[in-house]
Amino acid sequence: MSALLRREVVSELVDGRNEDLLVLSGLGCSSWDLTAAGDSDQNFYFIGAMGMTVPTSLGLALAREENRVLVITGDGDMLMNLGILATVGMQKPTNLAIVVLDNGMYGETGGQETATSGGTNLEMVAKGAGITNSTTVATKEELTKAKQEIINGTGPVFVNIKVAKEKLPLVLPPIDGITVTQRFRKSLIGKV
Amino acid sequence: MNWRSEIFRVFKEQNITCVCHVPDAGHLELLQTCEQDKDIKLVTLTTEEEGVGLLSGAWLGGKKGALLMQSSGVGNTINALALPITCKMPFVTIVSMRGEWGEFIPWQIPMGQGTPTVLEAMGVTNFRANHAEEVYETVDAAVKFAYNNRKPVSVLLSQRLIGAKQFKEE
Repeated sequence: MSALLRREVVSELVDGRNEDLLVLSGLGCSSWDLTAAGDSDQNFYFIGAMGMTVPTSLGLALAREENRVLVITGDGDMLMNLGILATVGMQKPTNLAIVVLDNGMYGETGGQETATSGGTNLEMVAKGAGITNSTTVATKEELTKAKQEIINGTGPVFVNIKVAKEKLPLVLPPIDGITVTQRFRKSLIGKV
Repeated sequence: MNWRSEIFRVFKEQNITCVCHVPDAGHLELLQTCEQDKDIKLVTLTTEEEGVGLLSGAWLGGKKGALLMQSSGVGNTINALALPITCKMPFVTIVSMRGEWGEFIPWQIPMGQGTPTVLEAMGVTNFRANHAEEVYETVDAAVKFAYNNRKPVSVLLSQRLIGAKQFKEE
């Protein structure tokens, strides 16, 4: 069985995306993956402020109950702020899905091992934090099934996706955070 | 004068609907008031930096908010502030100060004394209220400054205002 490839996973997750879907990608590789899958005004890309992807997505999910909010981030970004899973577990936003692309390494900085290579099981962490709808995905069949939950399931949804260790070409989103913020707000609420 | 209800009055007037916090006794009454307000979403955080993200996300979704914390939590927010600053988002935090006026616990002093400098170093504009009579106008001015200019601000509620905590042995 060959390991899932992160860019194929991200393309699959946003393929045929609904108009209500808002996607926030974590610092580094996940933002390049989301850009490679197709830029959108309803994407927000982190290229800094590590650990802030899930907190920001929670704030957005609470502010916009009529939208679906999807986090796509890496194990490094997730591990920096595990406490936010407890906050999500306490708030239980039904419109929030968190996807972690777990390659067990810090991809941007030379491939150093993360704690998920050393025994941390993010699905169990999420469950322990009160996010009962949590799974781990390692195959294409599991991914297809998990996508239904990610897009339509009752949140909060947490899916840890085991992906291959790869060094991929950089695909940069707009670097300027003001541009990304203002076009996101314009698209969502009609004003910058 | 009940300055705590004056902060709440600004929240209502300025349409602040997302309030997040790591609990502090200095904010106790304000937290209770927010919790009872049906239009305010009150979120308890595990660490203060979550609040920076949470309010940025609320802003992306068109909502206004404020982070309540003690000065000891300010250090936790520092790198997270890169988010609102880089993206020109407003950010409001109301900080109950420790480690200054009549402090009894030495552990509170490093971050309490460092708070104004550290926030300023990140580009946060600090407002300060030392007396009950200036709380309303200070919070009002800070919130307007943040949301009109899309800038990060803090309101430092002086320990002189809150009252120094006293511990007595039983």
